[in-house]
Amino acid sequence: MEEIRLIEIKEAIHTDNTIKANLLRENLSKSKTFLLNLMSSPGAGKTTTILKTIETMGGRIRTGVIEADIDSMVDAEKIAAKGIAAVQLRTGGFCHLDASMVEKGLEGLNLDNLDLVIIENVGNLVCPAEFDTGAIKNVMILSVPEGDDKPLKYPLMFTVCDVLLINKIDYLSLSDFDVDAAKTRAKNLNPNIEIFQISSKTGEGVEAWAEWLLKEVTGFLNQP
Amino acid sequence: MHELQVTESILNIALKYSPANKVKKIIAIHLTIGELSELENEWIQRYFDYLSKGTLAQGAKLVIERSPIRMKCDSCNHEFQIKRDDIRNIECPQCSQKKCTLTSGREYHIKHMEVM
Repeated sequence: MEEIRLIEIKEAIHTDNTIKANLLRENLSKSKTFLLNLMSSPGAGKTTTILKTIETMGGRIRTGVIEADIDSMVDAEKIAAKGIAAVQLRTGGFCHLDASMVEKGLEGLNLDNLDLVIIENVGNLVCPAEFDTGAIKNVMILSVPEGDDKPLKYPLMFTVCDVLLINKIDYLSLSDFDVDAAKTRAKNLNPNIEIFQISSKTGEGVEAWAEWLLKEVTGFLNQP
Repeated sequence: MHELQVTESILNIALKYSPANKVKKIIAIHLTIGELSELENEWIQRYFDYLSKGTLAQGAKLVIERSPIRMKCDSCNHEFQIKRDDIRNIECPQCSQKKCTLTSGREYHIKHMEVM
């Protein structure tokens, strides 16, 4: 009987993705393209928010979109119908995007003509939080109908995001969503998170968020 | 949900280390997974059993140890450990500041494997 040996490995399981994501960020820095990763649960209004944000920013920066869906082209068609450069990634059952999938998406866009690329991640508050996409900023949407308890249920997502957009505030009067409670819960998890209240449908509050994004992108583009 | 992808990485890393170590069979793989990760032990093992069929790692047991969540205070640099439930309300035990940075609790590592 052969003896059992122990082999030391000490390797991070996500290494491949982390290396790829860092490399992507480096390359995007060189090509001067700001990559934004937008995450939320299904139906929180990612596509509508992207459209409203681009519309609000006007022509001040050139924006492209990477759409990720388990299996459809619906979102990319909606974006492209507005004359915005869009690529659809079909994840074929994958619950999240990782850096190599994003890299593939970026290959489908002409980065020389784009200052900002927004990734619309797969609708899911769990898995996308675990994978670095190579984005410079992570943004999430929590919509009013989902309830103010989501930071308690999906802490990691709120921990990894730089911005929380509370969307569908036009529904507030019909709901028992407590904005202050949601904000406190998010801030308790992540004191540095920026919070904007918006309605992508009516446009309320979108200006302040779009200004924040413009400032971030401009700052990035003007880096030496 | 993404257990499948993580499991695939575990298998690939284990197999990568095998030729140089003249491994005939992998008995167990010891992993450290951060307490904050949503991965379910049971699913990782089930996927692993499925993916490892016909490889040196077929039948290997995954031994998973959860590593604690550690934070560092942004103002006084005090490092402290918290429980998963406490992540919802983080406060530095030394200076009561709320702005703290996660230093560990999200990682996945393969520590070592038992082989023949």
